Amino acid sequence: MKIAITSTGNSPESTLDSRFGRCSYFVIYDTESGTTEFIPNPNKEAMEGAGPASIQLVASKGVEKVISGEFGGKVKAIFDSLKIQLVIVNDRTMTIAHIIEMVSK
Amino acid sequence: MRIAIASGKGGTGKTFVSTNLFAVAEKEFHNVTLVDCDAEEPNVSEFINGKTISTEIIKQHLPVIDKEACVYCGKCRHWCNYNAIICLPDNKQIYLIEDLCHDCGACLAACQYNAITEIEKRLGTVSVKQCSNHSRTIEARLDIGVYSPISVIKAALNKAQDTEIMLIDSPPGISCSFIATIVPADFIVLVTEPTPFGLNDLKLSVETLEQLKKTFGVVVNRTGLGDDRVYDWLEEKQIPLLMKIPFDKNIARIYSQSRLLVREDPSYAIHFLNLLKAIEGLCKK
Repeated sequence: MKIAITSTGNSPESTLDSRFGRCSYFVIYDTESGTTEFIPNPNKEAMEGAGPASIQLVASKGVEKVISGEFGGKVKAIFDSLKIQLVIVNDRTMTIAHIIEMVSK
Repeated sequence: MRIAIASGKGGTGKTFVSTNLFAVAEKEFHNVTLVDCDAEEPNVSEFINGKTISTEIIKQHLPVIDKEACVYCGKCRHWCNYNAIICLPDNKQIYLIEDLCHDCGACLAACQYNAITEIEKRLGTVSVKQCSNHSRTIEARLDIGVYSPISVIKAALNKAQDTEIMLIDSPPGISCSFIATIVPADFIVLVTEPTPFGLNDLKLSVETLEQLKKTFGVVVNRTGLGDDRVYDWLEEKQIPLLMKIPFDKNIARIYSQSRLLVREDPSYAIHFLNLLKAIEGLCKK
């Protein structure tokens, strides 16, 4: 299964980015192969619709789960209909490596 | 002369200033219009009576995507400048986020499969009221739940063309709705209060107006509250302080009873007339 995690930077030591649509990077983690891909978020500075544009990005990657600090009002219903699970992590100091370790268990 | 009355912080007295300015302008000029652009909560009509002469319903177009005809090519999504369309060919899913649609029609032009048609969506109303034979108010009123007030505000401002004095009661804040009201204005009156919140939001408003190279001045309402930082800052920035209105229970009482201060207290009729003249002077500079 592929999981998207919002990240503040482009390394496993980076911390979770608390915003979904306007995060700095998306980490696409594949639980089967154990590979990670860091994608700079092109929608970070979008005037409007950063959330929907970021759904477009992560859904195109075939993810089934998204981990972030929070999700805006426009995106929740769309994620629901795409059957993509949303996971909210409140601890903003948590690193990407730590989150990957947790979901790999 | 088009004068916008705005403020960063809400509740500083925009409507108080604009309705009282309207009442003095009515006596001085031949053709006066007050446009209530605070479309999410218009309240000018609480203070100024008039006979409704027209009410127009403002609408926008929204695309409707026929999922049978759609081939999920994604061209409409690429053409949409506002991220209002999500298209996922692998999932055979296409979504429209209504709130983000700006009614530009690009998706309709992009679709080569006749999968997109349009429907109309109601956004709000624009009402014109005649107050005297030479003065009127125009109210922009957004429907509850509508995301952006811009179309309704612009429709109201369009109706106010050809007026000698146009007063614009702007929405609070410095977002698009505020910008839409100050772009057509020759002068902006920023109403603030001498509190840290008032000063903080005043600074944000001034920053925006400076970027847009607009002429403006400040009215400090409820003087006697807070501290002197707002005055120090205005002096330092050399921003004209147009008027000071004291924190006075009697003024608050008159306002809360939907009455106009300039009609209750002749000294304020003079103060507001002086404010209007000061604005006129600064506009001519």
